[in-house]
Amino acid sequence: MSKQIKLKKGLNIRILGKADKILIPEERPGRYAIKPVDFPGLVPKLCIKPGDPVKAGSSLFFDKYRPEIKYASPVSGVVHDVVRGERRKILEVVIEAKGDDFEQFGKADPTGVDRDGVKEKLLQSGLWPAIRQRPYHIVADMTETPKAVFVSGFDTSPHGLDLDFIIDHLPVKHFNTGLAILGKLTDGSVHLSLSKNTTSPVLKSSKGVEIHTFSGPHPAGNVGIQIHHIDPVNKGEAVWYVNLQDVVAIGRLFNDGIYSPEKIIALSGSEVRKPRYYRTRTGACITSIVRDNINGTNNRYISGNVLTGQKIASDGFLGYYDSSICVIPEGNYHEFFGWISPGFKKYSYSRSFVSWMLPGKQFKFDTNLHGGQRAFVVTGEYERVLPMDIYPMQLLKAILVEDIDLMEKLGIYEIAEEDFALCEFICSSKIEIQSIVRKGLDLMVKEMS
Amino acid sequence: MKSLRKQVDKIKPHFEKGGRLYMFHSFFDAVEALVFVPDTVTQKGSHIRDGADMKRVMIVVWIALIPALLFGIYNIGLQHYLSIGEEVGFRQLIWFGFLKLLPLLVVSYVVGLGIEIIFAQIRHHEVNEGYFVTGLLIPLIVPIDVPLWQLVIAIVFAVIIGKEVFGGTGMNILNPALTARAFLFFSYPGWMSGDSVWIEGLVNGEGIVDGFSGATPLAQAAAHEIDSMPSVMGMFIGTIPGSVGETSTLAILIGAAILIFTGIGSWKIIVSVFLGGYGMGLLLNAFPVNPYLALPAHYHLVMGGFAFGAVFMATDPVTGTQTETGKWIYGLLIGILAILIRVLNPAFPEGMMLAILFMNVFAPLIDHYIVEANIRRRLKRAKSS
Repeated sequence: MSKQIKLKKGLNIRILGKADKILIPEERPGRYAIKPVDFPGLVPKLCIKPGDPVKAGSSLFFDKYRPEIKYASPVSGVVHDVVRGERRKILEVVIEAKGDDFEQFGKADPTGVDRDGVKEKLLQSGLWPAIRQRPYHIVADMTETPKAVFVSGFDTSPHGLDLDFIIDHLPVKHFNTGLAILGKLTDGSVHLSLSKNTTSPVLKSSKGVEIHTFSGPHPAGNVGIQIHHIDPVNKGEAVWYVNLQDVVAIGRLFNDGIYSPEKIIALSGSEVRKPRYYRTRTGACITSIVRDNINGTNNRYISGNVLTGQKIASDGFLGYYDSSICVIPEGNYHEFFGWISPGFKKYSYSRSFVSWMLPGKQFKFDTNLHGGQRAFVVTGEYERVLPMDIYPMQLLKAILVEDIDLMEKLGIYEIAEEDFALCEFICSSKIEIQSIVRKGLDLMVKEMS
Repeated sequence: MKSLRKQVDKIKPHFEKGGRLYMFHSFFDAVEALVFVPDTVTQKGSHIRDGADMKRVMIVVWIALIPALLFGIYNIGLQHYLSIGEEVGFRQLIWFGFLKLLPLLVVSYVVGLGIEIIFAQIRHHEVNEGYFVTGLLIPLIVPIDVPLWQLVIAIVFAVIIGKEVFGGTGMNILNPALTARAFLFFSYPGWMSGDSVWIEGLVNGEGIVDGFSGATPLAQAAAHEIDSMPSVMGMFIGTIPGSVGETSTLAILIGAAILIFTGIGSWKIIVSVFLGGYGMGLLLNAFPVNPYLALPAHYHLVMGGFAFGAVFMATDPVTGTQTETGKWIYGLLIGILAILIRVLNPAFPEGMMLAILFMNVFAPLIDHYIVEANIRRRLKRAKSS
């Protein structure tokens, strides 16, 4: 049975540079990297050293505190380098791609495997980290059984991916198997959320899932918002969720017995000459994708979307959970009396710039902060872009004073950084809200273990 | 612009750590940030940010205050020449008002910003924009003849005790501008109430037309002289004695429109203060034992500082309630209390200042119950699942 959920709060940022629906068939760069920093709370233990040959699916490292959870190489080749940062923290494990070898994990029919079998296979193949959980927005705890599993079938973020378009270019067979496998992990339902504008017959006719229809601006496409409205997480409960494209990878693991994290990603942003979709893999080096396609040199490269993504170098790597690369201009310039100017080119959620008179205008955003950091002053801003029954400012203040009890009462179990990204975007005090949320989540993980 | 930027970059090293003018670095930073928006780029979290910052928020409030400011300047001149029975041109009225108000503005900004800069330096913070608005509010809510030394003491008290001891803008419990006014009111009541302080020159009493009274409509109402009160339209337009910026409800409503349209001021608070005040006025009308109680409810909305308080004071996001539901309760109670104090308490002719300060103190309590309700909802949900 399908439910209609209408959300009013939120904001679709009118940003320039959305990718056209053109798919570049096969982009296979020479290097790939898995970045432990993509997984909050992970302390990696390496299983390889530079020079070791690996296949797609070979473990690169595992979690020190949960050694069953392995992180696998997306391609076959040779370990090129282990890049370390301060205090020898591992930042990237870089693989030089060569050949097309896969570790064989054996085919399995989803009807013939039980829950433990499914978990075992996902953990073995290094595909487990694709499954994440609320509370805490971290890689799922395999010893638990979630009350439900969620998949978001649409993306509302700025430069949002057209998941209808993407799913049409991925094997349907694997997608359906993937959903069936997810069903094995829970006693409850698998919830697939679609937009009211979703057209893809593949998504609309998915079997074995509960389909929910959402309407409304960003962050309606965030799985956290969907969970909140469908089956919210209470203390002591857990739900799991998987990105749509990772469902396909899970299906392939069971159908073909291999780990092949193929992905369709979008290259977008105002500085991209031809914003398009590319078929590549998790962890791909972006050099060959962005080459000869970027205007100017003073740009920021982002893995993920402009609200939640990570800053990477122009020869950096796609993040584990990311399906897009954005290129926008850096904002390292001084603006003369910017705070008093009428602001035809500046976007603001408040109507304090003349730009509100230009409905439908797409704005070119840069990375300038447009001000300095201040204490919380303006109230009622965050509530307008957070479609959850949560008091954002009160929760943030509870995190800042590290009041565990209050954080719990105010709903810390339901949130993730990405749900608060719009609050950060519109914050006139320029507070780093996503960092505060992560700090709160990390604190809860530590306190509760 | 570019050459100016070059000059700034050239002198900047002197103000940095180790430079010989380091002791003035907060002042330099504040001026630089005023002229040039910093070139800071996003480091963590969202890569793009909304164009509005605290300066933009404050300038919008400032712009919203301009109609009240201009009308205040006009009215200073108007009331003065009325009191001495001279007829002069519009330009002269404005010029007179401007010259009289200017010292108040200069004192307010020099003293207030000076303290802000000192505290920013001590705390190693950037100078906060909060005083940008407070500095304009204070001259608008005092009588024009207030002695400047009293104003200085009041501002020092309000900024240090009212705001900085709590940690600066965003941390204060009481509205700083109203704290300054309350300080004046209780320390120098002779200069803050009565019939003579509202009009320039009336205190000295030289050349005043015989029988001219500088009484505000509030004082007339309190004395039950309802018949001698100005017309509702006169009070709405604002050609009446009173604090500098509070007299013209029309100018204040233009400001309210700007605040509400830009989304910077909370329409919920503004509307609920007016509703609360009007409702209380109607309730008092039900017991018309004296002429003040029988005063039509809509009179209250255009008299005294009611409208100014509702639009510019109650909407201060820092000292008001932070929850959206709370804003309704907060506003209603301000409106109710203001009229209650005004009509039933003989000690205070105006209730708006005390009502807002009182509700500032209670705002966290209102929020507490709203947030508690959210917590209970969450616990109930957990139990039922």
